[in-house]
Amino acid sequence: MKQRNLQQLIGIGSLFLATFIVISFLGIILWDILSKGAGAVSWEFLSDVPRKGMTEGGIFPAIIGTAILTLLTALFSIPLGVAAAVYLSEYADDTWLTRLIRAAIRNLAGVPSIIYGLFGVAIFVQAMSLDTSLIASGLTLGLLTLPYIVTTSEEALRNVPQAFREGSLALGATKWQTIRSVVLPPALPGILTGSILGLSRAAGETAPILFTGVAFYLRYLPTSVYDQFMALPYHLYILSTQHHAIEQVRPLAYGTALVLISLIFLLNLVAFWLRANYRQSY
Amino acid sequence: MKLQARDIRLSFGAKEVLKGIDLDIPEKQIVALIGPSGCGKSTLLRCMNRMHDLVPVAKVTGDILLDGESVYGPQVDVVEVRRRIGMVFQKPNPFPKSITDNVAYGLKMNGNWSAAQIRERVEESLRGSGLWEEVKDQLDQSALSLSGGQQQRLCIARTVAVRPEVILMDEPCSALDPISTARVEELMLELKKEFTIVIVTHNMQQAQRVADKTAFMYLGEVIEYRDTASLFASPEEELTQNYLEGSFG
Repeated sequence: MKQRNLQQLIGIGSLFLATFIVISFLGIILWDILSKGAGAVSWEFLSDVPRKGMTEGGIFPAIIGTAILTLLTALFSIPLGVAAAVYLSEYADDTWLTRLIRAAIRNLAGVPSIIYGLFGVAIFVQAMSLDTSLIASGLTLGLLTLPYIVTTSEEALRNVPQAFREGSLALGATKWQTIRSVVLPPALPGILTGSILGLSRAAGETAPILFTGVAFYLRYLPTSVYDQFMALPYHLYILSTQHHAIEQVRPLAYGTALVLISLIFLLNLVAFWLRANYRQSY
Repeated sequence: MKLQARDIRLSFGAKEVLKGIDLDIPEKQIVALIGPSGCGKSTLLRCMNRMHDLVPVAKVTGDILLDGESVYGPQVDVVEVRRRIGMVFQKPNPFPKSITDNVAYGLKMNGNWSAAQIRERVEESLRGSGLWEEVKDQLDQSALSLSGGQQQRLCIARTVAVRPEVILMDEPCSALDPISTARVEELMLELKKEFTIVIVTHNMQQAQRVADKTAFMYLGEVIEYRDTASLFASPEEELTQNYLEGSFG
């Protein structure tokens, strides 16, 4: 065999191997959680409160807590993030200042989540006296998600062909009408996909909610956004490392993990569906 | 004169692209701008409806007069200017919306039209651009499902629908096959009855077929501007003659 053919074979082989290793880890994680967690998941597990020092019962308050928390995060971060992205992409001139702002936003996406948690304590819990609550945690997670939403939304807006904007303006539409009618609609699938992926990351975070609102154990559901709450990732953390009978609750921990990744998978499925559905219409 | 350029100078940063253009465009006629690539003909066209406003580095001085009134004046609403001076682009750029929505777009953006009025104007505009018979059964389908030539005629219909006074066309046929090109040219001659048209073209046969007057541009200046027939038959400037003979370009 010629040497260059051999080189090609080795090249492709190692690329395949790298892909295979990546996929394997994902498969192993999924299999591990699914095989050990499936047995714990039942209707009771999903709908009951934790009982007997969390050794029995379910995780209903944690599911509801994470759901409301994610919703609050979305309500805060999507409008603000998309608005900032529209401004940066459509209105802001390309100056050193806007380049600096963009770089700063990108860097924010790399800030460790525990830093957001501490910031949340300082600003929302203490300065704004929201106490440890759903709203304080939601705002903290919103901050964490914002840079992600701004960056992906701006990307989606920039991918809208300039010809659409010119065509609209040439018909006597204002810039605002142009943005609303021909720029945002084609960018929407990208914006939503980015937002949902950002949210699903936030839904799995523990550090930012640790000091800002999540509770170790609550027998009741939050009745307002000023209440504390239980959340799946924190509950999982408690069950797997902080519990007095770790061995005994291990199946419950796996069950919680399974529910958490299922919820996130569901969110991603929604993003996928939105994207496919929108493509189909045009 | 419907549209007049008065000493238009334009530079992108340090690069001067238009070096003092004066051009009178008579009402309800077709004026063609020809010249080699980079001579500034598209740039001049985009000055006429202030499309350069979108480009921060573009600096325009001089003036464009529409019915004798400045298009660049401080009191002028640029949105209104663009409604009165429509534009068709080089590459067909229908919106990713239905055929109806594309044609209705300009109307919906400009004032309160009833659904019935819009429907009427959409049909009228599609008939006017010779597209009605081809698309009347698929008005709700995406404009992107049309062929390139149909898309360009749709863009013309969309422009016509807002009843501008002037239509600027930037090489409208350069992305089309010969048959579609012929249809668009036919359409232009039809539209001339109601609209003033300025067309940028690379195709000298096209200029001769459609234009009443033709301006030859070179390096940011208008070298010669006369009736199309006489410009092509007996150019006065040597530069024009060389270009028409294909010595450069």
